[in-house]
Amino acid sequence: MTIPTALDPAAALKAAMPELTFDVDEFRGETSIIVPREQIVAVARYFRDTPGLVYNFLSDISSVDFYEQYGGYGDRPGRYAVAYHLLSMLYRRRLRLKVYLPEDDPVVDTVLPVWPGANWFEREIWDLMGIEFRGHPDRRRLMMPDDWEGHPLRRDYPLGYETVMFSFNADEIMKHKPFADE
Amino acid sequence: MGQSFGAVSGITDVDGPTSVSTWEGNVDELRGLVSERAFTGETMLLNMGPHHPSTHGVLRVLLELDGEEIVSCLPDVGYLHTGIEKTIEAKTYEKGIPLTDRTDYLAPMSNNMVYSMAIEKLVDLDVPYKAQIMRIIGLELTRINSHLVWLGTHALDLGAMSVFLYCFREREYILEMFEIISGQRMMTSYIRPGGVWRDFPPEFLPKLQAFLDFFPRRIDDYENLLTGNPLWIERTQGVGILEPDKALAWGCTGPTLRGSGVNWDLRKAVPYSSYEEFDFDVPVGEHGDVYDRFYCRILEMRESVKILQQAIKKLPAKGPYRSENRKYVMPPRSELGQSMEAVIHHFKLWTEGFATPDKDVYVAIESPRGELGCYVHGTGGNKPRRVHLRTPSFVHISALPVMSEGHLIADLVAIIGSIDIVLGDCDR
Repeated sequence: MTIPTALDPAAALKAAMPELTFDVDEFRGETSIIVPREQIVAVARYFRDTPGLVYNFLSDISSVDFYEQYGGYGDRPGRYAVAYHLLSMLYRRRLRLKVYLPEDDPVVDTVLPVWPGANWFEREIWDLMGIEFRGHPDRRRLMMPDDWEGHPLRRDYPLGYETVMFSFNADEIMKHKPFADE
Repeated sequence: MGQSFGAVSGITDVDGPTSVSTWEGNVDELRGLVSERAFTGETMLLNMGPHHPSTHGVLRVLLELDGEEIVSCLPDVGYLHTGIEKTIEAKTYEKGIPLTDRTDYLAPMSNNMVYSMAIEKLVDLDVPYKAQIMRIIGLELTRINSHLVWLGTHALDLGAMSVFLYCFREREYILEMFEIISGQRMMTSYIRPGGVWRDFPPEFLPKLQAFLDFFPRRIDDYENLLTGNPLWIERTQGVGILEPDKALAWGCTGPTLRGSGVNWDLRKAVPYSSYEEFDFDVPVGEHGDVYDRFYCRILEMRESVKILQQAIKKLPAKGPYRSENRKYVMPPRSELGQSMEAVIHHFKLWTEGFATPDKDVYVAIESPRGELGCYVHGTGGNKPRRVHLRTPSFVHISALPVMSEGHLIADLVAIIGSIDIVLGDCDR
C-alpha cells in the first residue's frame, strides 16, 4: 500500500472549501487554523478523513479566556478560544484548530460525532470555563461539585481572594458576582 | 406524651417509590446515560468508590448492574481536583514547576519535563546536550518507578500480595536515588526550563549502575510470580478488551494503546530530548486485554533499563547542565560574587520572572501512562494566560465504559488496574 504524500493543511482546506474564511497562524513550527465556529465540525471531519492529511487522533481540547484585565483580546475576534489539538499518526505531525467565541454567547458545536474521545474534554471545558458545546449528551459537571455556581477557570473568577472594590471598579466587580444582588 | 415520640426522634414515614429514588442525586440527569431498566428498578445502581481500595485513589464509578454484570458504567472524577491549572496562572513560569509535580505524583519528572519543554518552546530556549541526557535518566527512572507502583497495586487488587512488597522494595531504591539528585523523594522539581536544577552528585552514578545490575533479575522475579501464573492468566486474559480502532477513537495512548496492538510511542515517533540516539524497542500487545497491557508494561521496564545503560555511557563528563541564556535561566551561585550582571539577572528572575510572547504552544511527551501534553498560552507578560495539561489518566478513565460494559464487577477491578490511572493526574 502506498502512502499518499502529505498535504499542506491550510492549502488543502482552501482548495476543498473555497467559501470558508479562515486564518492561519504559524508559531515555533506549530500551525494553527482559526475557523468560524459554525464550521468546526465540518472542518474537523475534513481533516480526519482526507487522504494526505489523516489527522486521525484528537490529542486534546483546551480553552483560553482572554479577559480584558490581563491584556485583553487585542485584535482577536472574541473573549474565549477553544483549541483542538489534532495528531496525524501517519505523517507524525500536529495541527491546532481554533475557534473564537464571543463573551455573550460562548457556544460551539460538539465534535463528539467525529471523535468520541472529545466527550470528557468538552465536559471539563463546560464545567471549568463555561463554554457550551451544543449537542453534547451529558451536561453534568465533571470536576466541580454538582451544585457549584460559576466557572472557576474564567479569568474574572476570584482566585482565593476578592478584588478590592473602589468606586471606579465597583460596577465591574458586581457584574461578575452572581450572588451580589441577594 | 406518647404521640410526640416520632417527632422527637426525627423518624417519619417514607412515602413513594423506593427503587431509583434511593439515588440521592438528580435522577433526571441520569436519563439517557443509564438504561431505562434502572428507572423501573429492574437493574441496580451501585456506587463503587470513591473510597474503594481498588479505585486507586478517589475514583467513583456509578455502576448499573444486572446481577453481577455491568450494564452501564459512569465514572465520576473530581474528588482530587485541586485547581492546579488555575493556580499556575497566578505564578511566574518558574514557580509553576512545583505545582506540576503534584498532578501525577507517581511520575513527577514527566510533569516537570512537559511543562519545561512547553516553556522552552514558547521562549525558544536551548537545552544543552548533557542536560538532555540527564533528563532522560530522570524520565526513565520515573517510568520504572511508576510502573513498579502500578504493578504492585494492580497485583494487590487481584490478590497477589507478595508482588506488592517486592515492587515497593525496588521503588524505595529509586526514591533514594531521586533524593540524591534532587533532594526530594517524590516531589522532585528537578527538571527546570533550560535544563535541570543541578549536576548529578558523584555518588549517584555508581548507585544507578548498581540498580541497573540487579534490577533485570528482579523483573524476572515478578514475572515468575505473575506471567505464567494460571490464576493471573485466568483473571486477566480476555478481560477488558479494547479494540485498536476504539482505542484510537477514544484517545488512548501509552501502554493502554500499545496493548491493543498499535505501535505508537512518542519517544520513537516524534523524538524529543535526544531520544532518537537511543536504541530500544517498543513492546506492542496483540489482543488488547488486561494481560497484554500488563505484559507491555513489564517489557517497557526492561527497555527502560536498556535506555538507562546507554544513557550512562552517553552522559558527557563535562559541559553545562542548563542553558547559558541568562535572560531565562538562573546564573550559578559562584558568579554572583564576581559579576554585577549576574546579580541583576538573579534578582530579576526571582522577582518578576521572564516574559513570554502572547502566543500558544502544545508539546507532548510519552509519560509512563501515555501522551502527557502541555498547552501554554502566554500573555506577553511574566505569567501564563492559560496552562492546560492533557493527562493520560483523564482520557483513559473516560474510556473505561468502553472496556468494562458487559463484564462482571470483579473484572472491573482488573480493568481499572490495567489502565494505570492516577487520580491526581486525572483531576489536576
